[in-house]
Amino acid sequence: MQPDTLVPQPVSSPRQPEPSTEPLISIQGVDHFFGTGSLRKQVLQDIHLTIYPGEIVLMTGPSGSGKTTLLTLMGALRSVQFGSLAILGEELHGASIRKLTRIRRNIGYIFQAHNLLRFLTATQNVQMSLELHQIPPALARQRAQEMLTAVGLADHLNFFPEKMSGGQKQRVAIARALVSQPKLVLADEPTAALDSKSGREVVNLMQGLARDQGCSILMVTHDNRILDVADRIVTMEDGQLHST
Amino acid sequence: MIAAIGFVGLIKTITQSVSQGLGGGFRIPVAWLQLTREKIRLSVALAGISFACILMFMQLGFRDALFDSAILFHNSLRGDIFLVSPQSNALIAMSNFSQRRLYQALQFDTVQSVSPLYLNFALWKNPETGQTRSIFVVGIDPTDDPVSLPELTSQDLEAIKKDDVVIFDRASREEFGPIAQLLEQGDPVFSEVRRRRVSVGGLFNMGATFGADGTILTSDLNFLRIFPDRQQGIIEAGSITLKPDADLESTLAAMRSAFPQDVNVFSKAEFIEMERNYWADGTAIGFIFSLGTVMGFIVGIVIVYQILYTDVTDHLAEYATLKAMGYTDGYLLGVVFQEALFLAILGYIPSYGLATLLYDLTRDATLLPIGMTMVRALIVFALALTMCLVSGAIAVRKLRAADPADIF
Repeated sequence: MQPDTLVPQPVSSPRQPEPSTEPLISIQGVDHFFGTGSLRKQVLQDIHLTIYPGEIVLMTGPSGSGKTTLLTLMGALRSVQFGSLAILGEELHGASIRKLTRIRRNIGYIFQAHNLLRFLTATQNVQMSLELHQIPPALARQRAQEMLTAVGLADHLNFFPEKMSGGQKQRVAIARALVSQPKLVLADEPTAALDSKSGREVVNLMQGLARDQGCSILMVTHDNRILDVADRIVTMEDGQLHST
Repeated sequence: MIAAIGFVGLIKTITQSVSQGLGGGFRIPVAWLQLTREKIRLSVALAGISFACILMFMQLGFRDALFDSAILFHNSLRGDIFLVSPQSNALIAMSNFSQRRLYQALQFDTVQSVSPLYLNFALWKNPETGQTRSIFVVGIDPTDDPVSLPELTSQDLEAIKKDDVVIFDRASREEFGPIAQLLEQGDPVFSEVRRRRVSVGGLFNMGATFGADGTILTSDLNFLRIFPDRQQGIIEAGSITLKPDADLESTLAAMRSAFPQDVNVFSKAEFIEMERNYWADGTAIGFIFSLGTVMGFIVGIVIVYQILYTDVTDHLAEYATLKAMGYTDGYLLGVVFQEALFLAILGYIPSYGLATLLYDLTRDATLLPIGMTMVRALIVFALALTMCLVSGAIAVRKLRAADPADIF
């Protein structure tokens, strides 16, 4: 829980700190550019980061420092331009759209805006995540409801998002991200739109569920109130990543 | 009502099977739920699509009614082969020729009988109001019985053998006067055709056409009395009846090579085709109705495109989220096209009912033979589907904007 319990950023040999465990994410020498020609701008510079199973890593840093770009690269939402980025043992550099799409299915996402489907109920929103994994509808429905119960929304199973508070919607989003038991959860400022109490509840929920399922969480946040859940904190500044 | 409930059930089944088919286990009918979430928007959308479908129904209906009415008289003819002047275009524009050609046809072994047809338009005076109106006058040889019209009896054919007796089409427009009612009351009915006093000796039931608001049938001799400037033996059409075992095609070919170019030899189907072609290609009317159909189609495309485009735009963040979760572009394409499909089906159903109603109203008002047919119902349904799929194909281009890298 202390920042000083961090595993030092291994550059030359990522497996060194925990030799018995395969890293979940292995990023080596990633550069990323936006724009072309004279407008070409480097947003990520020689990024190295390794995350091991079960770790909760927080990434902080000023706006525009490249945090979100790195998150979208890890989420297989953007193509890797330079360097190596491996998730769950699969290299994303040069991966086809088909492969990227398949990898996305093993990652849970929690967005700043909850991004729930407005025309689906809470249960159906969570079910959407399970349908990607060829789970029979009846079982998917049952698991979605169990997950919603676990996040404290047993009374809101058939509510539409517009009938729920911000905290409740974010809890549905957490249920959606975790219901298919991904090995990795990526969260982009999940508490930014919430008051401190809801924010704290949401983070505790993520922490607890991640621990139960043994998944890693990489969370981008500005929220100083939640730094204590981290096993490790990394800071992004001007496209460069520093361990804190 | 029961049909409506059944329909909703059908839609649900389709939704489920479509979504299962597309995704191999995607059981939440996303397209259906998205479409039906906003009921008011959906209603407006369906009203627009129904309107486009009704427009197509009416335009195609009018066009078909035009063609069907134009050939009502042709259909009633008993003959197998018809001779007409090469200058003739349609019943409203017939040239005449000498019936010599018709009697020459009797030389062919396969011909059983021939019969001359005198056709012209004349002013008919409404016996009640005195108003005159152009009516189609058909002169036949009553001993030949060349026409088979509904409700035309052998007594009627006997009646027109008398001087100045005509048989009146009860389905003529009412501007010609309440001839049928008067006659059925047992009163003798007299009128004037081209200032010549005639009596109505009976009724038949054919129908008004785009070209002729009403029809009277009389003998060739009475025809010549009405048109004293016409010469006996100069006819508009000749009807040829073949022997029962005769071969139509070979007889047609033989006549065409035997007769000079001063007469056209048509089978009954070709005679009907001549009339259809005249209205379809020779007048603006066929074109106008086809254009009207195209307009309805385009209006429909614009409406559906507008609906789908707005829908995709409104849900871009959600679509991007689905992509981030690992849904494929193909899945989202499927959602948009399913929506297009539902819109087509749901918009089509009310248009079918309303168009049927409007056909009835039109038929009562115009006496044109207009009504719902299976073929037209299928054509408009196919057009509605095409309409919605084209719109869907344009609208899905907006899906590219659903970039999951942008939603973080």
